[in-house]
Amino acid sequence: MIEGMEQIVREHRFFADLGDDTIRLLAGCARNVVFKPGEYLFRTDEPADEFYLIRHGRVALDIVAPGRSAITFQTAGPGEIVGVSWLLPPYKWIHDARAVDLVRAIGMDARCLRDKCDADHDVGYQMMLRFVPMLVSRLQATRIQLLDIYGKQA
Amino acid sequence: MLDRPAAAPMVPKVVRVAAAQQELADVWTLNIDAGDSGFPFAPGQFNMLYAFGVGEAAISISGDPTRPERLVHTIRSVGKVSDALARLRPGDPLGLRGPYGGGWPLDAAVGSDVIIVAGGLGLAPLRPTLYRLMAERDRYGRIVILCGARSPTDILYRNELEGWRTRLDIEIEVTVDRAGRGWHGNVGVVTTLIERAAFDPAHAIAMLCGPEIMMRFAAAGLEKAGVSASSIYLSMERNMKCAIGHCGHCQFSSDFVCKDGPVATWADLRRLIVMREI
Amino acid sequence: MRQLAGQVVLTRDGLQALIASLNTAGYRVCGPTVRDQAIVYDDIDGVGDLPAGWTDEQDGGHYRLKRRSDDALFGYVVGPHSWKKYLHPPRRSLWQATRDAEGMAIIAEPETETRFAFIGVRACELAAIAVQDRVFLEGKYVDPHYRTRREGAFIVAVNCGEAGGTCFCVSMETGPEVRSGFDLSLTEIVTGGERGYLVEVGSDDGLAILAALPQRPASDADTAAAGAAIANAAAHMGRSLDTNGIRDLLLANLEHPRWDDVAERCLTCGNCTMVCPTCFCTCTEDSSDLAGGEAEHTQRWDSCFTEDFSFIHGGSVRTSAKSRYRQWMTHKLATWWDQFDSSGCVGCGRCITWCPVAIDITEEARAIRDGSAHVGAS
Repeated sequence: MIEGMEQIVREHRFFADLGDDTIRLLAGCARNVVFKPGEYLFRTDEPADEFYLIRHGRVALDIVAPGRSAITFQTAGPGEIVGVSWLLPPYKWIHDARAVDLVRAIGMDARCLRDKCDADHDVGYQMMLRFVPMLVSRLQATRIQLLDIYGKQA
Repeated sequence: MLDRPAAAPMVPKVVRVAAAQQELADVWTLNIDAGDSGFPFAPGQFNMLYAFGVGEAAISISGDPTRPERLVHTIRSVGKVSDALARLRPGDPLGLRGPYGGGWPLDAAVGSDVIIVAGGLGLAPLRPTLYRLMAERDRYGRIVILCGARSPTDILYRNELEGWRTRLDIEIEVTVDRAGRGWHGNVGVVTTLIERAAFDPAHAIAMLCGPEIMMRFAAAGLEKAGVSASSIYLSMERNMKCAIGHCGHCQFSSDFVCKDGPVATWADLRRLIVMREI
Repeated sequence: MRQLAGQVVLTRDGLQALIASLNTAGYRVCGPTVRDQAIVYDDIDGVGDLPAGWTDEQDGGHYRLKRRSDDALFGYVVGPHSWKKYLHPPRRSLWQATRDAEGMAIIAEPETETRFAFIGVRACELAAIAVQDRVFLEGKYVDPHYRTRREGAFIVAVNCGEAGGTCFCVSMETGPEVRSGFDLSLTEIVTGGERGYLVEVGSDDGLAILAALPQRPASDADTAAAGAAIANAAAHMGRSLDTNGIRDLLLANLEHPRWDDVAERCLTCGNCTMVCPTCFCTCTEDSSDLAGGEAEHTQRWDSCFTEDFSFIHGGSVRTSAKSRYRQWMTHKLATWWDQFDSSGCVGCGRCITWCPVAIDITEEARAIRDGSAHVGAS
């Protein structure tokens, strides 16, 4: 079972080019998960205990505000990551993640991975190298969405 | 090409609306009676439309170039002229000057993969190209159409896109900037669709139309994916008063967008388009 | 088409006869005259309307009329007007539209039947007219109103005998000597104590008009005096502009700090564009009567310095003064070359004289070339 998970982790494009030791380490924090359409991977303010590497299906990231219906600001698909708030205190989710289709994913135990990053800074650095570019590109995309470029200008 | 410069190029001829159809909350498509001789045009060209007493606006032609008997314009109400035009109904007269501008590089695209990236109303100047591509499908390689819109209720020509999507020989992907629960499609910027699209970047022509910032990021994304800058085409937009290169308003550095454009390559635009206030 | 006849000299009376003859031939004669403490272009009836004995003192943001010690008729250079006020008028109707139950009709404004005769067109102005000819007559679309006015115009050019304080036609290679594009040219000379006007013929129309005027053959002294006058003008230019590689220089320096410097001074008032003889930008305006039955579409001069010149989709592309000044200057000296295969500047100096804060295009060009960022820096 662990070997199968190692293979799955190794093949996910997010973990490409990692050494065998690191893969083994990550596989130790990983498990297979499945979400039915409409099911939530996590909700706002819940502890960021597990993040997901999507293998199949689409996940909607929603922002919820009181008195308003949820707005989806991003969807993530196969090969993409859902959940970054596990990286930094207070380790709580700041949006909802909802399966749009049937979603198969690798769930990564956040606490397990944080401990491993603290113990081995090289692993921590490898995680940063992968997450930071993704964050920057998401941030840029969000800013463009904020511009509401298709909307009528004032 | 298809233009016969008029003796008085600033004077419109009068035509009539044959049909009007609402596309989105503030977007209408007018079907204009082009007369017996029709209105031949190249995909990417535009006309100056005059609303009585209000003024003229530059509006792209959105119809089927293989059927020039009907002249089609999709108009978004963004100012007093476009608002007046969008309110025209069957039987109403309007003024028409054109066609103006150089069109999309369809000839250059023959034999290549074609990637269309349209943002918001940017699909309107590109629709004639889509009609042409569909009509002569076997002249081109893969055809990929990527559309970005504000939200699911802002997707232009949605029914037509869905209809084209049922074809097995083209790829259409749509993304929106925001959505509610009822949307099961992509949410995010249109550049994310480029990464996932299937085409051969070494043998591809891309045509982009939409807000300038969207075109810039999409062009950069295509270049990163391996498409050469001289194969990426953008449609520029600037203030236009005359459309014949005499009023000076539409200048973008050396080019008059009305007659040197509106279509230009990323290779030519790249240096200036990232500068502010050129 | 120079010197179709041996050169001749007109006296003041001959000049009067020229104006009268043009009048009789049906031309609307326009020329320089003093009004509102400046020398402007207006309808003239005869030599009595010309600014005899006046000269203009010009510098950055400075224009004053001064009395001369002689009674020269052309002893000044150029004022706030240029001939574009007649050839490319500040406001004109393009068409009228009427609307009734049946539909709409559009009636084009007919072209003018007026033929203009311009008296006193300087070399820089001839160059400017040629520049506007390229814009309106040599592109894909021709402006029929401009063409009619242009083709009907009779031009009496004048060679400058003195240079103005802001002149730099020598740098721009447009003067001070007129070379072509005129029907007749005059050079004001004084020989043997007598004032006269050495005439050169530039066209058949010019020859025909000249034939009927009282004249005497030009002597060697006359031609020498004319040559000396022109040389005098060429030797005393108020400004200079190094045009070597200016197009590439400006387009390679679109983010030069000098633009920020000039932006602090520029009021974006647009005076420069109004007085510039080559600036051609226009906008269109629409009006209708209250009943909604009649409408008019007019064209009027516009300036790239206005905030909404580049307005699109709820905002303008060029909102800052810096970007607007940069647009004007790079168009005038650089991108004009790409568009029309010539410079847009003829070196008349009007923009320097009529700028309320004395921004000097020659100084700005020099600063960018030299690399200095602030006014006064060496």
